[in-house]
Parts: sequence; C-alpha cells; structure tokens
Amino acid sequence: MKATVTVMLKPGVLDPQGKAIGQALAGLGFAGVGEVRMGKVIVLELAETDPARARTAAEEMARKLLANTVIEGFTVAVDGA
Amino acid sequence: MKAGIVLFPGINRERDMAIALERAAGHAPRMIWHTETELAGLDLIVLPGGFSYGDYLRCGAMAAQAPVMGAVRAHAARGGYVLGVCNGFQILTEAGLLPGALLRNAGLRFISADCHLRVERADTMFAARYQRGAVFRAPMAHGDGNYFADAATLDRLEHEGLVGFRYATATGEVTPAANRNGSARSIAGIYSPNLRVLGLMPHPEDLVDPLLGGVDGAPLFEALAAA
Repeated sequence: MKATVTVMLKPGVLDPQGKAIGQALAGLGFAGVGEVRMGKVIVLELAETDPARARTAAEEMARKLLANTVIEGFTVAVDGA
Repeated sequence: MKAGIVLFPGINRERDMAIALERAAGHAPRMIWHTETELAGLDLIVLPGGFSYGDYLRCGAMAAQAPVMGAVRAHAARGGYVLGVCNGFQILTEAGLLPGALLRNAGLRFISADCHLRVERADTMFAARYQRGAVFRAPMAHGDGNYFADAATLDRLEHEGLVGFRYATATGEVTPAANRNGSARSIAGIYSPNLRVLGLMPHPEDLVDPLLGGVDGAPLFEALAAA
C-alpha cells in the first residue's frame, strides 16, 4: 500500500524558495501568479494492507521525522487499497 | 572540563572545533562517532558544524535520530553542557533540545562572511569571558541559519533571558542590515532554560588564532577550558 506524505511550510513561515520561484515565473512572462509555496512529497511503500492503519503509521512517521512540526504541516494520502 | 566532539557523516568542522578546544584546554577533546552510546565522564559535548547526512530531508534531521543522540539527550537531562555550532545548532533544534528551527536564509544565498555578535548575557559558563553588551567577530558559513520560532516562543526566550547572542553591527547595534540571514529578532544563539545547552549559528572556533585574522572566539573556549 502506498502512502503519500506532503510536507509544506506552515502559513506565515517565510518561504524564500517559493518567492524565488514566483519571481522566476514572472520573469518568464507568466502573469497572474500569486503567492508560490514550495514543499516536499514523500512516497512510502508500506507492507500494511489496511488503509486506516497505513494512514496512522504514515502520520506517526511524519510527526517523528518527515516533517518538523515547528515549521511544517503535513497531509497524508493513502492509495493502492 | 572534559570535552567530546560528536562526528556525524558529513560533518566538516570537527577539526576546527578540536583545535579551538585543545588550544584553550591544553589537551585534545575526545572524538565521538555517531554510533557511540557511552558518553560518561564528559562535561561538555560539542556538536560541530558541517553538513551531516548531506542535509537530507532537513538540516540536522537525520543526525537528530542518530544512536549517539540518546546519550546526548541523557547528558543534557543530567545538566551536562552541550554546545552546538552551525549544523550542531540545527541538530539541537531538530532533536528538541532547543526550541525553534533554522530556515533557509531569507536572501536564499549561502552566506560565507564574518558577522558581529553582541553578547546578550555574560553570566553563563559559555560567555563568562565576555562582557555583557560586548561585540565580537565570528565567521558565518551557512545556507540555513534563519532562526525561526513562533511569537510565543520568541517572547518566552526573551522574557527568560535565553537569547545568548544577536547579530549586530561592529558597534553593537542590532539592525536589519546586520541580520543577514533574516533571523527572528536577530537571534544568533540561544540557551536552554538551565543555560547549559547553547546553540550558535556562527563559528567562534574559526577565530582563535592570530594567523587566521583574530582571536575573537578565544574567550568562549577559554571559559570552557576553565570551567
């Protein structure tokens, strides 16, 4: 079963990489792009076959290692059920 | 005091730190590999600068989970001294031994330049050889040194007097221009509530010899050696 953990800086935490990407997009002529935020996607292959338990496990992994909850939030999506 | 320096894969400032400690103390510190778990007999554990585990995931995130960190946590819980410089500071925040986090520099660029640090309090073991309000020069070499914590945590640090050092001008003024990495409230270094764990972003260990252009960092290591 596959769990996808998306980690993003919390709202209000300065994201200079997102800002730089936004400026580069403007430089390329893409108009109408508001704030750009950059994050990480971590895909986990899990032996677990129960979606609820897989989600719980992935959330625990995110809290303990994958995200730094001082500055980052995360979401977990489970598929392959 | 007996000091040990923890070596994680990817760390590269451990020799600078060893030179600074040995120069002040007259004897070499113990080098500790990241898989070691027995740190008895040490008074001070230093987490030096570098790029532990290639800065994978987040700076210091992998090192914070290394086997040695259980012993470092136990040492800190016993009231032992811990100094984390640069990547070492990042590791201490990732391990939860100090609050907050070090974000990407506000200007996005890696900063390799000297800065000036203002000593916010001198009544600690680390800063005892400086005067409160004194300014000293220290080299910076980091891409992720932008100290961040939520407003409540920053207020608590200020209220409890746990801000050890701030980025300042050569004359000791805390200005936005002197705060080149964009750190919250110009914070360069913070203490734990018992003042025995210090995380510091710049490198005092790299300014302890006149041949390198100054000895501004020497008082910190002399204080450690004398304690």
